[in-house]
Amino acid sequence: MFYREAGQFKTSYGADQQILPIRQDRIGMVVLLAVAFLGVPMFASEYWFSAILIPFLIFALAALGLNILTGYAGQLSLGSAAFMAVGAYAAYNFQLRIEGIPILVSFLLGGVVAAGVGILFGLPSLRIKGFYLAVATLAAQFFIVWCLTKFPWLSNNSSSGVISAQKIIIFGHEFNSPQDKYLLVLGIVVVLALAAKNLVRGNVGRSWMAVRDMDVAAEVIGFRIMRTKLTAFAVSSFYCGVAGALYAFCYLGSVEPDGFSLELSFKILFMIIIGGVGSILGSFVGAAFILLLPVLLDVLLPALSETLSLPVDGASISHIQTMIFGALIMFFLIVEPHGLARLWQIAKEKLRLWPFPH
Amino acid sequence: MQFFFEILIGGLLSGVMYSLVALGFVLIYKASGVFNFAQGAMVYFAALSVVGCMEKGAPLWLALILAFFIMLLFGMATEKFVLRKMVNQTPISLFMATIGLTFFVEGFAPLVWGHSVRGLDIGIVDEPIESVLDSLGIVVSRFDLVAALIAGLLVTGLALFFQYTRVGRALRAVADDHQAALSIGIPLERIWAIVWGVAGFVALVAGMLWGARNGVQFALTFTALKALPVLILGGFTSVPGAIVGGLIIGASEKLAEVYIPPVMQAMFGGNFGGIEGWFPYVLALLFLLVRPEGLFGEKHIDRV
Repeated sequence: MFYREAGQFKTSYGADQQILPIRQDRIGMVVLLAVAFLGVPMFASEYWFSAILIPFLIFALAALGLNILTGYAGQLSLGSAAFMAVGAYAAYNFQLRIEGIPILVSFLLGGVVAAGVGILFGLPSLRIKGFYLAVATLAAQFFIVWCLTKFPWLSNNSSSGVISAQKIIIFGHEFNSPQDKYLLVLGIVVVLALAAKNLVRGNVGRSWMAVRDMDVAAEVIGFRIMRTKLTAFAVSSFYCGVAGALYAFCYLGSVEPDGFSLELSFKILFMIIIGGVGSILGSFVGAAFILLLPVLLDVLLPALSETLSLPVDGASISHIQTMIFGALIMFFLIVEPHGLARLWQIAKEKLRLWPFPH
Repeated sequence: MQFFFEILIGGLLSGVMYSLVALGFVLIYKASGVFNFAQGAMVYFAALSVVGCMEKGAPLWLALILAFFIMLLFGMATEKFVLRKMVNQTPISLFMATIGLTFFVEGFAPLVWGHSVRGLDIGIVDEPIESVLDSLGIVVSRFDLVAALIAGLLVTGLALFFQYTRVGRALRAVADDHQAALSIGIPLERIWAIVWGVAGFVALVAGMLWGARNGVQFALTFTALKALPVLILGGFTSVPGAIVGGLIIGASEKLAEVYIPPVMQAMFGGNFGGIEGWFPYVLALLFLLVRPEGLFGEKHIDRV
């Protein structure tokens, strides 16, 4: 009844091609952004900022990057954490070694360096496909983390490669409190998400999808495979790199190479699977789900064992958590292989008719 | 020179251990097109089951039989409750599901059997063989040699099973073409259950040997990461590929670990140990650039 496009006429190409063609969606998006920028900072507590909201945005950005590569260009990658590491360490080194470089610029440069490394490790994708490529990206994962540990120059000679991020100062304002950091991260993520949305709607995104659906056919109808695949690797790694820089500067403060382990790569992969492969919205939903699930289990499981008066120790609880996590992933893949984003789409279809049956 | 051969032999023998894990991957991939990431977790689960049964008082042989049945049940349950529900989905979805399975097993196994690190004694001591040491002056571990023998027996057994039994023939038919196999009356679901059972058995053998070597602990799940480069080097679909790949990876990894870091140290200064973690992957990657389907993999022809 309320969610209908009836009566909204499009009179120009611009109106026809906008990201949110339905007025209700546009209003919803404005409300969402207003809540994120204004409402949340007023009400959220410090714990929410630093333990949930900031990591959520950062992981959503990383998931977005992986989604571009895996969801849109069809190249499965298990090395996204390594590209985050490249971004983090590059941003750190730019801050350290270039006097007076603005922090935002060094974030961007961190992303650019990650993009360069991404292109390098994307080169094999021109020749190998599918699982062979997935395993090949593991080479990037292990090699990069090893390099960061073993070359002391990269971490300014600190022991075992730990770096402590510098202060974030933009136009003389120091971003110190969790709230400030949240707003900074939110701003960057919103801009980059908008850019990604436009990228995948446009020429570049369509060539990615053509290569994903069938690369030989795409080549025959004139897409340049090399350029398409390498841009996908570059853009994806750029997003992961920026996410990594934010991870180091705005979330953890100090990071070590081993923090960007294969486990983190898998976590990001799970986000896009659960959220929806090939969907910008899915990256956000998936990141929220994967981050909130352990928090939820942390609260629920001890409470549950108490009410049932079962003697469960801490180790068992963490085992049960791992089990439930794995089981949920299998469950989602069986029940809704297109992810939570698809559920949202179905809900919207239903909403258009509601409350009438047809 | 002696030193070189010692490392080479040690590498080859440890490569056989990698092959064992890779074999489990190959079996399932060949028969059902599923890239089973959970193989490493299965190795852990199998080893824990053996140790767990022995702690309950069972002798080694009984524990092995019990663990075999547990793995068989586990494999069949996986096939029935996860993979059968995912028929017709993309290979990547299936792969992700096995990552989910990995997490499930990594939680489930220690929950049932306890998570402390335990030793597993299968009656072979890890000491140099004296006759070889005396005559050639090369240290060859008895344990590694026995492990290699067991792996050899396993592979021969599997090859015979595939070649000469009725079920083996059906397995090869399914591996070739699901639909054609189904249309001539091969029960696809039963075949898949059998394959998962066999993969469980391979995991049990690998878990027993790895567990006896390094202790039964969570690190056993990382054997999967050791097996992956073996797999891409040898080709996903080839049993001999898994063996040859394992030998190449094992030998080159150990040689590289000894000979490359000093060179790098001379060039850059500092400590460059631990290249074992990534060297096999880079090596496999270089191989792939020449042969994109691995050494023995089936050539993939794209049709539009």
